[in-house]
Amino acid sequence: MPEITCREALNQALHEEMARDPSTFILGEDVGLYEGSFKVTKGLLARFGEKRVLDTPISEAGIVGMACGAAMTGLRPIAELMTINFAIVAMDQIMNHVAIVRYMFGGQVKVPLTIRAPGGAGHQLGAQHSHVLEAIFMHCPGLRVIVPSFPADAKGLLKSAIRSDDPVMFIEHEGIYGVKGEVPEDEFTLPLGVADIKRRGTDVTIITLSRMVYVCLEAAEELAGEGIQVEVVDLRALNPLDMLTVLESVRRTHRAVTVEESWLTGGWGGEVASRIMEQAFDQMDAPVFRLGCADVPMPYSKHLEQSAIPNVRKVIEAVRSVL
Amino acid sequence: METKKERSLLESRDLLGMYRDMVRVRQFEEACPKLYSQGKMGGFLHLYSGQEAVGVGVAHAIHKQDYMISAYREHGLLIAKGGRPEKVMAELFGKATGVSRGKGGSMHLFDPELRFMGGYGIVGGHLPISVGVAYSILYREGDEVAVCLFGDGATNQGVFHEAMNMAALYQVPMIFICENNGYGIGTSVLRASAMEELYKKSCAYETPGEKVDGMDVLAVYETVRRAVQRAREGGGPSYIEAITYRFRGHSISDPGTYRSEQEKRIWQERDPIPNFARWLVEQGKATREDLEKIDGEEKDLIREAIRFAEESPFPDPEELWTDVYVES
Repeated sequence: MPEITCREALNQALHEEMARDPSTFILGEDVGLYEGSFKVTKGLLARFGEKRVLDTPISEAGIVGMACGAAMTGLRPIAELMTINFAIVAMDQIMNHVAIVRYMFGGQVKVPLTIRAPGGAGHQLGAQHSHVLEAIFMHCPGLRVIVPSFPADAKGLLKSAIRSDDPVMFIEHEGIYGVKGEVPEDEFTLPLGVADIKRRGTDVTIITLSRMVYVCLEAAEELAGEGIQVEVVDLRALNPLDMLTVLESVRRTHRAVTVEESWLTGGWGGEVASRIMEQAFDQMDAPVFRLGCADVPMPYSKHLEQSAIPNVRKVIEAVRSVL
Repeated sequence: METKKERSLLESRDLLGMYRDMVRVRQFEEACPKLYSQGKMGGFLHLYSGQEAVGVGVAHAIHKQDYMISAYREHGLLIAKGGRPEKVMAELFGKATGVSRGKGGSMHLFDPELRFMGGYGIVGGHLPISVGVAYSILYREGDEVAVCLFGDGATNQGVFHEAMNMAALYQVPMIFICENNGYGIGTSVLRASAMEELYKKSCAYETPGEKVDGMDVLAVYETVRRAVQRAREGGGPSYIEAITYRFRGHSISDPGTYRSEQEKRIWQERDPIPNFARWLVEQGKATREDLEKIDGEEKDLIREAIRFAEESPFPDPEELWTDVYVES
């Protein structure tokens, strides 16, 4: 299998799905002529033309609302938000329209819309450009929330998200666009809402997603040197939330740590921990430990920023705390 | 502005159809307060009485396959576009037979067959959606148009400007129609908009803006018809401000203390229905008897709608969990 970057994998998914279905189009800020702020939309304008690769003004609510209207009337749009931070500008459209119109109108309309947006901290972008918001979207029924880590996952999941008849928040991570991984050459998709065990272990289960998967895998490797076998579950999605895989794992390891890059308070780790408590309390040998971003607006200064975000050292400490 | 010649192009049948639709909407709306006080319906209830000439004028200026999308004062709009009163009433009753199967309520009516793309409750929220609906038409190279109705309050929302800009940028086939009834709940347009003449707001987007008397169904019809023709011929979006008035409060629970009795009286004299009736008789388009017959038939229709709503079942408890996702 060839090794390609996460960026290339996403780009391949877009090319393939747009070629496959003429009702699919992409719109967003700088997606066309500029080929995307992170170059994920490279080559699309030249191949598919302006009608299907639509550069928009800086109007996030307008972009998402327009995509919603197009999706409600038979098209299959992909809306790119330059970063997840700007999704907050479009939140009324996302939570008050995209997510709920199907239910509100008695199931008589569908919204096959994928909203792509990268997020994540770690590049000294300050408090307004470092958000990790997947937990917010998980809170809202009607939205699928997909958060890939490995390039193959990114490709297979994006293809499935685009084909889905439900609205999908597809949350990428700026920090892993350049990370390489093996991606099958043949046509493939991955089901939405199925977690993937990225490393097998017997002593502790780490439940994580997105860039933190890489951090946790590094921590697991280090702990293996000390004889501690860590299992790393990559959720890959928060909605649908694959608790089957999580519960199956923690019932074997009897210990669990959640690792997220979002703010700890109200983060998804609390939801997963609660469900473990509700459904596997008797099998647990220690309370679930939640590791997340410090509950502070992201500071600019490098050492402050780094101390806010979970890292290998913190993950190792978290694992030790439940042993 | 419309000319006498244009008006004469309409056949008596069309004119009586407009009259009938306005009466139907009025009868429907005026039946609601009593039903509300009897506890048959809950939540918010925004009535359209007084504004009928706008909705009916618009609906008659478009085709069945054209899209309509609106804010939350929309019972009259869906009925004008051909929505069955009994299904709208059933929705207000929260019944399974309602246009949104009892899950939407007064503010969230929907009818895919009639291409009524919904009533929305966040002021201005549906404006960007309407641009997407119109972009869909452009994308498919269809010849339909989309009409988007909203209140004066929506023109002060950010998304109004985003939608106006994007509609003009992509030259989508749509008509923005502002129903200016003078008030955003209790705050008058004068106290909410730095620009009082709302039709001028489209000039920033080089979109033609026009004002029309929203109490005159024929004036609305002609103005919208021209804009629709323009959009259908690839001329891009238009913006129309219809000056109108709601005879009732913002919602059923509004005591309406912010409007003077004198103001209300002046507008009552401009009631679009009796004025249009007088014009029809004067022009020899109909007799008093013709109109009274229509009044009676529509009254019966609404009575029947109430009976249908009363007798319809509530949604099955299982419906709580359906329709959240297409793929469960």
